Amino acid sequence: MKYLDEYRDAQAARKFAGAIAKITTKPWVLMEVCGGQTHAIVKFGIDELLPAQIELVHGPGCPVCVTPLELIDKALEIASRADTIFCSFGDMLRVPGSKKNLFVVKAEGGDIRIVYSPLDALKVAEANPEKEIVFFAVGFETTAPANALAVRQAYERGIKNFSILVSHVLVPPAMEAILSSSQNRVQGFLAAGHVCTIMGYTEYEPLVQKYRVPIVVTGFEPLDILQGVYMCVKQLEEGRAEVENQYARAVRKDGNPLAQEMICDVFQIIPRKWRGVGEIPQSGFALRDKYRAFDAEKRFDVAGYSAEESPECISGLILQGLKKPFECSAFGNRCTPERPLGATMVSSEGACAAYYCYRSHTVILRAKPEESHSRSFAERRSAQDDNWKRQNVKN
Amino acid sequence: MSKIKTFSPICPIPITDYPNVLLAHGSGGKLMHQLIEKIFLPAFQNPYLEAQHDGAVIPLQNTKLAFTTDSYVVRPLFFPGGDIGTLAVNGTVNDLAMCGAKLLYLSAGFILEEGFSTEKLWRIAQSMKIAANQAGVQLVTGDTKVVDKGKGDGVFINTSGIGIVEHKLVIGPRSVQTGDKIILSGDIGRHGMAIMAVREGLCFESEIQSDCASLAGLVLSLLERGIEIHCMRDLTRGGLATALNEIAKTASLHLEINEGTVPVREDVQSACEILGLDPLYVANEGRFIAFVPASEAHKTLEVMNAHSLGAGAAIIGEVKSASEIIVTMINRLGTTRILDMLSGEQLPRIC
Repeated sequence: MKYLDEYRDAQAARKFAGAIAKITTKPWVLMEVCGGQTHAIVKFGIDELLPAQIELVHGPGCPVCVTPLELIDKALEIASRADTIFCSFGDMLRVPGSKKNLFVVKAEGGDIRIVYSPLDALKVAEANPEKEIVFFAVGFETTAPANALAVRQAYERGIKNFSILVSHVLVPPAMEAILSSSQNRVQGFLAAGHVCTIMGYTEYEPLVQKYRVPIVVTGFEPLDILQGVYMCVKQLEEGRAEVENQYARAVRKDGNPLAQEMICDVFQIIPRKWRGVGEIPQSGFALRDKYRAFDAEKRFDVAGYSAEESPECISGLILQGLKKPFECSAFGNRCTPERPLGATMVSSEGACAAYYCYRSHTVILRAKPEESHSRSFAERRSAQDDNWKRQNVKN
Repeated sequence: MSKIKTFSPICPIPITDYPNVLLAHGSGGKLMHQLIEKIFLPAFQNPYLEAQHDGAVIPLQNTKLAFTTDSYVVRPLFFPGGDIGTLAVNGTVNDLAMCGAKLLYLSAGFILEEGFSTEKLWRIAQSMKIAANQAGVQLVTGDTKVVDKGKGDGVFINTSGIGIVEHKLVIGPRSVQTGDKIILSGDIGRHGMAIMAVREGLCFESEIQSDCASLAGLVLSLLERGIEIHCMRDLTRGGLATALNEIAKTASLHLEINEGTVPVREDVQSACEILGLDPLYVANEGRFIAFVPASEAHKTLEVMNAHSLGAGAAIIGEVKSASEIIVTMINRLGTTRILDMLSGEQLPRIC
């Protein structure tokens, strides 16, 4: 299949893996930001093709995973109302709130519909004027333009029975939160290709400058990821830290200006809480005052919710690349996709769920942390600094 | 007294998990198996049910009777390549075929919703007539009920079927052996994606048609060639991956398939990619897998390839020794991963 088969070609993949091995002289820790990339890495066993010195850790870029528990509870509360039709992307329905999930609310009589676009939810609103239609607006910058468009169309067409429950988060602030932590292990990033399709990649320049970390905008197919790893490792080995674009067939430096204009018109940037991580400054979207009437949290008065996460869950450490799923004592026994304890197990794109679905459970449970885990942060950072200095002296 | 001892009034499924039935309980995944294992198997335990095959094979005097039942609740009722009537006949015919049975008779029960179009009902009955004729089976008894408007979805159909097993083979998951080859009768995912495309109003360059068909003729050809079939399973709800997991579990064996050998048509693959679905879990209505000894694999393939419904058949994997009860897949890049059973239905992804 065009644009698919050629990116899953075994021979080309081995060639890339060989090229990565050839240029790798030191251990490096790379983080893929997006859940879609994590899913592809674990599903296709891409990490198994890499030299042992390259460790891939899995970032916070799964929107389903990082949606806070209390927001799920708000969704459940709204979806339970008799006068409401609650519309959502399919993968949010299985995510558990404090007590139940949207599937259970549906079984209890809630009118919950899976849609493929927020514009479909708008059609539901027009077809059901006697009902309140709420769309669960979850996602990163990727889904924000379509959600913004739905709100703008509702505003322009005077559709009063439509609102959205906003849980939009932004990638660059999360990357900065990881980089600024004293425990950070990440030495290079594979940035989320689809986010950059919308936003471009100029906003990564300050991160590269400030933290001297290579950032490679990367796609989602096996060869995309291998090429992203190659470009990232090459920078690290050569002591460079730049923003590079592996996913050039989809991403332009300035992204999609029309989509950005749409986002900017409808949303403003606010601090947001990330499930498993906590609050990150300037890391999410809320509706601007002009569109406040379409805010489901205000319309249904569910603003004061709070919820407690399981104390056993280490998803916060996993999302920051500090731990791997198999290092959690609850993994595969007290925490499974059927009964997830926290963020990284709730969605199929979460790191724990991907490991659970695709890796042999017994092998994972037997596995020991890799060698690179035992190297201190100072040792790893020092290797990176050496390369950096060498490069700057040369220049 | 012994009867009292075996009776437990406590529901074995923790009530806090799912006090009510979810749609996911009907998807063929882990939740459905939980219902079967925790509620139905203990309630009705007997050796025929515990074989957990597509139908029961029951000795009756000097012969063996195959018996199966299935209910059909598809939406939309009419879809490219068939309708609920075609499904109701072929689904039950195929369950009997998977037991290696020669088809005899079907029954049909109709639950109609008040207000349902009689013209549509006539069309469904005509489809059933054609499907039954093609499969060489007679529909000999039936039942009709009508429920209040809003209490049904147009029409629900239940069909049961009986057939006769005229050979000595014991075909079922427990007959699967280490070293057996796994043969898939053709490309996968067409029925599920045909339904999905109509249900969700998705338009593709060419219309995806359901693969709904009777497998009786193809299975009969295999039996007539004297192939030592250990097990067969049609790949309905939950698709290929679920069928493999069911068999691995019942047979207590490790099954391994090779992703590159599993045929998926380009239009089906494209539709799955757009929606974030995996064709390995998508339903089929005219495809099955057969487990045969390695020495019989090529003969099986030859017979299948000679039949119109098996033209794309391929050897997709084999049965390994049971170090773990598991299904694994060697993927396109040459690495190996688990092919697990899903909890419920596949859900379209956010992005």
